[in-house]
Amino acid sequence: MKSIALGQYYPSNSVLHRTDPRIKIILAILYIVCSFLCKNIISFGLLALSAIMLIIIARVPLKTIFGGLRPVLIILIITSLFNIFWTSGDILLFEWKFIHIYLEGLYSAAFMVIRIVSLIIGTSVFLTYTTTPIDLTDAIEDLLSPLKKIRVPVHEFAMMMTIALRFIPTLVEETDKIMTAQKARGVDFSSGSLITRAKALIPILIPLFVSAFNRASELATAMECRCYHGGEGRTRMKVRHIRFVDFIPLVLVLILATALIILNLLRIGFTI
Amino acid sequence: MNPFIKVCGLTYSYDDEAVVKKHAVINNVSFEINEGDFVAVLGHNGSGKSTLAKLLNMILVPDSGEIYVNGKNICDDSMTDEDILEIRKSIGMVFQNPDNQLVATIVEDDVAFGPENLGIPSEEIRARVDNALKDVGMSEFAHHEPHRLSGGQKQRVAIAGIIAMMPRCIIFDESTAMLDPVGRKEVMNSIIRLNKEKGITVIMITHYMEEAARADRIIVMNDGSIILDGVPSYIFENESLLKECGLSVPQCTELVHRLREHGICLDKAGVSIEECADMILKHITEDK
Repeated sequence: MKSIALGQYYPSNSVLHRTDPRIKIILAILYIVCSFLCKNIISFGLLALSAIMLIIIARVPLKTIFGGLRPVLIILIITSLFNIFWTSGDILLFEWKFIHIYLEGLYSAAFMVIRIVSLIIGTSVFLTYTTTPIDLTDAIEDLLSPLKKIRVPVHEFAMMMTIALRFIPTLVEETDKIMTAQKARGVDFSSGSLITRAKALIPILIPLFVSAFNRASELATAMECRCYHGGEGRTRMKVRHIRFVDFIPLVLVLILATALIILNLLRIGFTI
Repeated sequence: MNPFIKVCGLTYSYDDEAVVKKHAVINNVSFEINEGDFVAVLGHNGSGKSTLAKLLNMILVPDSGEIYVNGKNICDDSMTDEDILEIRKSIGMVFQNPDNQLVATIVEDDVAFGPENLGIPSEEIRARVDNALKDVGMSEFAHHEPHRLSGGQKQRVAIAGIIAMMPRCIIFDESTAMLDPVGRKEVMNSIIRLNKEKGITVIMITHYMEEAARADRIIVMNDGSIILDGVPSYIFENESLLKECGLSVPQCTELVHRLREHGICLDKAGVSIEECADMILKHITEDK
């Protein structure tokens, strides 16, 4: 249990790992926009290519990437089946009783798969695989800091995130301990109907919540003792400076976006 | 010289709706602590020692009585938020459970938490963090995640987090209670080093006699009052009084007491194993 991974961070030292997390958040947003700009074969081809490039640059093994895609596999299959069988068009490829498959249907299924897969690869490569959760939290705090002027508690949210991340392993360990303790008292977690099993979780949840509240109150006292008084007047030990190289990926993604827009304007290729 | 901490007639009781009659947790307590002292506060569970610690750095506000830190009355109504921060900066506190004191997911970030709150410039925080980690011997773990460390190591990180704020006094609230013997030894050694080498005033709340014996002075509390106050050898002379409070003396001291009861004349009760052994050895050789 001690080896629990926070998020899906994949430790490595690639260019993307070293890029400033603030830039990476912007990159992820831009990439999402890009994936929705795609409208034809060439642009979807570019999108697929860029996703492959990202994986290569980030040096994340394919196994990890496919692991991340597994949860959406069912959705991908079902929606592409819908697209294939229910899209009507001009070019009929296959006909049998009530089943009509048009070329347009195949295209739209393929486009949708490419869009969702590159969306997931893009955001996870930028945000989860190459950025630690704590860097991400700091970056979000930095990016949202202008909102402080309209009294959005940005620092408080970031602090809550940091503490939540810090306590995940502690609470997992605690759950483990409580489960063992309850098993020793004869609680059965693995048999009976779904409802019985759900009920068996109550003796875990209650002690877990009680201890979490106790921890929270102790932590609050400890933080007060360390002079915590909100975000005002706080400094940081690690100040991130955006370097020139950080702009290179930004420029590349912007070029991709411009290319996609131009392709759309020129109506090159198969348009849906 | 003015005492660093001076407490006069301190009384405190918790507001507990379940209890009809207010029971004073701290009852008319007065004492003084000088800068650079190493004081242990002894007492069984519920004797009010932890409450006392929380009163000293303004986590709790006393019902009556006065606390002076560095000559300033901290129970005064005119205390501003900055004054409170100033007090908490000069009196740091380390608690029992190391898990519930660490805020960040990386050791050095956690140590930086205190100085960051104080608004210290980044370069200085860096230097302070490195020094603090060196002081507790945890430099090589600077980039580790706290949840992968042992209890003793976590507690040393927590201590480093306080040292980085450069306090003049650190209160250890049963900081060794949850640790295994190895961890306890590590933490004790760090505490003693801080006191002897850096001259930081240490107030150590504990119920381990062996730990209290290493202090320069012991305050024994029972039911919210101070019943004994003095050097360890004086405290351990009063074995019967300690036993009444649910405390015991260190085993070696007890041995000396028993020997005396049997008519072997040893002049005083020793506090450390070495001291007692020396005394007994001396007695044996003199007899011959």
